[in-house]
Amino acid sequence: MSRVDHAGLSAKFLAAEANAEFHDRRLWDLRMKRDQQMAMIPEWQDLRDRASAIKEHTLSQLDRYLEEFEANATKNGATVHWARDAAEHNEIVHRLLSERGVRTLVKSKSMLTEECEMRPYLEARGIKVIETDLGERIQQLDDEPPSHIVIPAVHKLRGDVSKVFARTIGSEPGNDDIHYLAKSQRDDTRPYFLDAEAGMTGGNFIVAETGAVVTVTNEGNADLSANVPKLYIACVGIEKLVPRLADLAIFIRLLSRSAIGSPISQYTSHFRKARAGGEMHIVLVDNGRSARLGMADFWTSLKCIRCGACMNTCPVYRRSGGLSYRAVYAGPIGAIIDPTFDLKKFSALPFASTMNGSCTDVCPVKINIHEQIYAWRRVIAEQRQLPFVKREAMRIAGRIFSSPKLYRLALKLTRLANNGLPRFAIYTMLNPWGHHREVPAPPVETFNAWYRANRGGRR
Amino acid sequence: MRVALFVPCFIDAFFPQVGVATLELLERFGVSVDYPLDQTCCGQPMANNGCQADAAATEALFLKNFSGYDYVVAPSASCTHHIRKHFDAIPQTEAVTQLRARTFEIVEFLHDVLKVEAFPWAEFPHKVGLHNSCSALRALKTASISEIAGESFSKPLALLSKVKGLTTALPARPDECCGFGGTFSVFEEPVSARMGYDKVRDFAQTEVEYVVSADSSCLMHQQGCAERLGLGMKFIHIVEILNGARA
Ligand code: SF4
Repeated sequence: MSRVDHAGLSAKFLAAEANAEFHDRRLWDLRMKRDQQMAMIPEWQDLRDRASAIKEHTLSQLDRYLEEFEANATKNGATVHWARDAAEHNEIVHRLLSERGVRTLVKSKSMLTEECEMRPYLEARGIKVIETDLGERIQQLDDEPPSHIVIPAVHKLRGDVSKVFARTIGSEPGNDDIHYLAKSQRDDTRPYFLDAEAGMTGGNFIVAETGAVVTVTNEGNADLSANVPKLYIACVGIEKLVPRLADLAIFIRLLSRSAIGSPISQYTSHFRKARAGGEMHIVLVDNGRSARLGMADFWTSLKCIRCGACMNTCPVYRRSGGLSYRAVYAGPIGAIIDPTFDLKKFSALPFASTMNGSCTDVCPVKINIHEQIYAWRRVIAEQRQLPFVKREAMRIAGRIFSSPKLYRLALKLTRLANNGLPRFAIYTMLNPWGHHREVPAPPVETFNAWYRANRGGRR
Repeated sequence: MRVALFVPCFIDAFFPQVGVATLELLERFGVSVDYPLDQTCCGQPMANNGCQADAAATEALFLKNFSGYDYVVAPSASCTHHIRKHFDAIPQTEAVTQLRARTFEIVEFLHDVLKVEAFPWAEFPHKVGLHNSCSALRALKTASISEIAGESFSKPLALLSKVKGLTTALPARPDECCGFGGTFSVFEEPVSARMGYDKVRDFAQTEVEYVVSADSSCLMHQQGCAERLGLGMKFIHIVEILNGARA
């Protein structure tokens, strides 16, 4: 796979001015709301410490807790399946569906099924998959992946949504009233809930002690997906585990506040067993997670509870949009887990960062996101995955900066070039700096020259 | 107290007056300052791009120039951050760990080490907006940030409050990164420039005459953006104001 051109894709994103402006403002607004919620909880930093400690503890004994979860879920009457990777996950789900003659599957939002590319897999095998989360449905109808892990269509203006709905589900063209659009989607989706032979959810958490799959949503569509059809399948990554029900309370307090700045979500649902006469299956998926657990610099990325706060605060994500990462996971969290899926393809993403560090400070489970971004840069350079231009630039810079003589000479040449070259040359091919910014004029002398001239006698 | 002055490469090349102001300011407080003539760079550009091998010789040269001092002081939070938190392309000998611990950014040095009470010579009768670089804010923690609840403090503002006539205004997003980011500014040019535009527009709506910062790199980027947008504000390093610049 070729390297994702994040810079080029950002330029495209920014070219749609109204969308770009709205995207930044909307996400910043969520960041502000998150700050307000934080301010109301004096023990916020303590909660983050605890959440982080619980996750680290759980990850360090993941096998034990997973087995406890399996035992308790089985006791509840659910069936637990283990999927080593995306392919196994898709096969298991397909087998469960096809053995029962399922033709339509309703599902709520799940990043894991995106990661496994389950929808196209099932659709190619004749199974209709209906996303029931509003944002996810918008993206499905528009044939785009989600651009944000919590708000899949955050990059779309309501006018964009209106167009998609008019084209695909027959809503009134030109009507971009938010309530009307939401109702149109609900009216379109409701019949599928009644027709579908199977429902699917992801899981925000699974609890070892109770064997429950926990979803945290605002629309109630996860509950419908899980409860209305006879067959319920929950697909969950193995890192979503917490040991005890009591532990969960800490995460529930942090999750919605961090995600969208609301004290709690509308629904926090614990699914333990199938409804009367139905079946419940839980597919636990690894897909690279246990390998990540073995990476000394990156294993704590598995603490992630997918709240999206790091994306909302990220000044680069806000101004480039999720789709510019060309990955299931965008933004800061994407930059540190995408390379574990395909180092070469995603090698530009850890460089799509100013290293400002805001992500780390908002992360409710205290993942040192920006330090991991930094660490990935080393891995990428060591694995020789830097673009040729950058690699050469750094090699030359390293030589110049390590020699006072070369450094002085280079400065002299640059100063000549800056003074001597026509502006267009500096501003076009030679230096992308100048596309949108003026180039500083070099002063008459360097500090070094000033010092030699004025303080030369002293050392 | 033996103090060495580190004037990072882009300040050396583009903002010599910042180096001069730092030197003079330290001397005003009776500090005798060495400026090792063979200094170049701290290795940050290479290291930030993951190129440890390319950073090693530069870090070794930095060590050669600056070891043995009680303090190394630099008018750059970004470079100080690199030295203190990274700077590990060379073996971490005793001399290296000492050097890293003894390197200070100028605001920290004035505030925490010299504990400066007053700048009697400083007068700046202008309305300024303070830009804290992300290195200053989230790495060196010279000011509190909005992401973390807690007591609010600001070392740069504490210093600026001792300057006669100076008033400050707060932009809507005071802690937002301005988008410089080192080579990010070139390799991710579209986003970098957009962030810079947003930053200077945010300052413009507060009607400040000057944007002041402890990092010349952020200032260079913002100035480039403001000039292109035709915004009238000016940009100045905090040491220039503290050293008595009038305009
Ligand atoms: S990395 Fe942290 S802030 Fe980002 S989505 Fe995960 S939990 Fe949330």
